[in-house]
Amino acid sequence: MSTATHTRPDPAEVDLHVQFEDIEQQNETYLVGMWTFLVTEVMFFGGLFLVYILQRWMHAPQWYVIHEQLDWRLGGLNTMILLFSSFTMACAVHFSQLRKFDKQLQMLGITILCAFGFLVVKFFEWSAKIEHHLVPGAHFEWAHAGASKGVAEMFFVLYFSMTGLHAIHVIIGIIVIGVLATLVAKRHTSVNRDYLPTEMIGLYWHFVDLVWIFLYPLFYLIPKS
Amino acid sequence: MSATAARPEELDDATRPNYLNVSHTIKSWLLTQDHKRIAVLYLVSISFFFLLGGLAASMIRLELTSPRGVMLESETYNKMFSAHGIIMVFLFLVPSIPATFGNFALPMMIGAKDLAFPRLNLLSWYLYMIGGGLILAALLMGGVDTGWTFYTPYSSMYSSGHVVLAIVGVFIAGFSSIFTGLNFIATVHKMRAPGMTWFRMPLFVWAMYATSVIIVLGTPVVAITLALVAVEATMGVGIFSPALGGDPVLFQHMFWFYSHPAVYIMILPSMGVMSELIACFSRKRIFGYHFVAFSSLAIAGLGFIVWGHHMFTSGQSTFQSLVFSLISFVVAVPSAVKTFNWMATIYKGNVDLRSPMIFALGFLGLFVVGGLTGLYLASLATDVHLQATYFVVAHFHYIMVGGAMMGFLGALHYWWPKMTGKMYSDNWAKIGAALVFVGFNLTFFPQFILGYLGMPRRYHYYDFAPQWQAYNIMSSAGASVLALGYILPAFYLLHSLKYGKPAGRNPWGAVGLEWQTESPPDTHNFHEIPIVTHEAYDYAAVDEIEHAQAQEVMKKEAHMGSDE
Ligand code: HEM
Ligand SMILES: [Cu+2]
Repeated sequence: MSTATHTRPDPAEVDLHVQFEDIEQQNETYLVGMWTFLVTEVMFFGGLFLVYILQRWMHAPQWYVIHEQLDWRLGGLNTMILLFSSFTMACAVHFSQLRKFDKQLQMLGITILCAFGFLVVKFFEWSAKIEHHLVPGAHFEWAHAGASKGVAEMFFVLYFSMTGLHAIHVIIGIIVIGVLATLVAKRHTSVNRDYLPTEMIGLYWHFVDLVWIFLYPLFYLIPKS
Repeated sequence: MSATAARPEELDDATRPNYLNVSHTIKSWLLTQDHKRIAVLYLVSISFFFLLGGLAASMIRLELTSPRGVMLESETYNKMFSAHGIIMVFLFLVPSIPATFGNFALPMMIGAKDLAFPRLNLLSWYLYMIGGGLILAALLMGGVDTGWTFYTPYSSMYSSGHVVLAIVGVFIAGFSSIFTGLNFIATVHKMRAPGMTWFRMPLFVWAMYATSVIIVLGTPVVAITLALVAVEATMGVGIFSPALGGDPVLFQHMFWFYSHPAVYIMILPSMGVMSELIACFSRKRIFGYHFVAFSSLAIAGLGFIVWGHHMFTSGQSTFQSLVFSLISFVVAVPSAVKTFNWMATIYKGNVDLRSPMIFALGFLGLFVVGGLTGLYLASLATDVHLQATYFVVAHFHYIMVGGAMMGFLGALHYWWPKMTGKMYSDNWAKIGAALVFVGFNLTFFPQFILGYLGMPRRYHYYDFAPQWQAYNIMSSAGASVLALGYILPAFYLLHSLKYGKPAGRNPWGAVGLEWQTESPPDTHNFHEIPIVTHEAYDYAAVDEIEHAQAQEVMKKEAHMGSDE
């Protein structure tokens, strides 16, 4: 987090919570907390990745067929969108450190727009799946050669739960970045005296992107049969 | 504050502001961000759930006095032991010591004013209550009959109970413990007082740190696993159920990947308490401090790679079983290291048998039996015979009830004067400790024999082997003694609130930082952040000073005597 451009906030100016001695300690503690939280997130997704590995390993040839129901172009578009949003988020952190709040606000705005764009693409993808009866459950239908219905359904269970859990994280991201942007727009003391809130939310957002970087190839870019 | 006002530490105990008397409104309790008040909230709510779990246990024991299952329907019996297990594991054992005594003592022990994230701490209590409430609702609406393990496909396909509701409750309660763990990790890393290096930290803090690591790594996995069970149960897709193309053994892998480490979430805090009690009441530094500290981390690490020992008979490959068996033996080593170090500490110590120490000695006795019987279960050949019998039940009760619960009571008796500022009756406490120890052994030792003789766990009908009845009656009788032992503290501890003698800052002459503040402490624990210059457990130095002071006083007295 220490960069050449990072201007250290004046301790007298920043809101110091009573349990901390100084602002350095407060900031470092928040970062440890955030990283620990991200570790729990990794474990959280990790359970699903484990199921993924086992299923794919057991049914590899069938998975080659099933995944063709997913459109790698839409997934690729979403990957680009998220990667770009990670870049704008990093810019937001940078401008926050330089205390250029207008630019920070712009960057946060673009990040939120990207997140919405991601969800819109997801929406179209998912509605197509619903139309084709590919949502696991009572209405699931499967008539393609080369893969059994059960395996296909399990593929889509994983697809929906993993990308769904990821989408929930995107939505939470929109909310927290939105709150952050509002506070920045108001030049609220909690964000205009210290870049740390932006940095922490940035970490979260990079994590969300990173998860997608794994999900995209794992679901969309499997070898073809 | 004006210059003439008395400094807070000069005020007398009754009038000094402390964390309990700063405000008496209910709102001030429900919205508090003070780690000590949150600890009290936890203590009350956890005790409530312990009582509920205990009531379910007494129904189970009552039912088992007869081999013909006369009191409860089979279905009701299943719901009873499930209620008992779910409440005890997820709502009592997992949060017990960390959320109450970790919350209360950990910040003070490292010289901090509070935990790193007080609001998160409060949120964690609310999540606990919501999770507990949902579990309770599931039980009241008709119960769950899957056992605390929620094994699939029974839980996802066939059980008629309110499994999904209970699972959501466990899921939410899980986040409560994740947040507590996260808070402890950040606090230990960044909030230590000047001079409080890692190797000057009390071993309780090390244990809480190791526990938090397990919580943070393990709990999300069980959360997602249970969420998948709920998905399978509600949407009917085959994740774990073989009838739908799923894999039931996968569930067991994922469940035990958390739930074996979870047993260390239950016992490590208790081991931390032991280090405090044994050092304090033997008036010695802990023998092999570094070994005890690192053994906590070793347990946290190794605990994650032994889960397969719960699945020796579930159809995992023999090679897997072999490896899991070997590592299970290895995980017993750090526990043994701790035990030997405690015993070496007591050896030639200046042992003071006050009630917390009695609980500590009780812990040692019971934990050793529990740990050694784990080795029988970790051996492939013997486990095939003992798996899913009362032997397993006895094993884990020796550790979880004998160990974790003894630690909880020990901690309660040790820190009670600090929490409340009052002393309880030490004699009654000793009687309580003795009742627990005797009652416990009477309850659970016969279960080893029952298990060896082949009595399966989770059965309430054993008319086919009436010779088991004598042991079961013995066990039920013991349970009533045990219950008495648990109820007794409620009386003398509550009594002490009103009539207890003031405890003073440091009734045990202990060296931890938490004993340097007033009892009960001020809202921010310390008026000035302490500077640490000594290792933990430096009892020799303290006692030397005390000894010198006493000599001084004696000399003076002798002098005055000669003057007259
Ligand atoms: C000293 C090292 C230990 C070893 C080698 C060990 C070994 C085992 C083994 C092999 C089992 C499976 C038995 C079976 O199902 O056939 C088992 C069950 C169990 N152990 Fe341990 N154990 C140890 C310590 C602990 C500790 C510290 C705790 C808890 C605080 C604990 C709690 C449990 C529980 C709860 C079960 C039963 C789970 C269930 O099936 O419901 N064990 N142990
Ligand atoms: Cu285990």
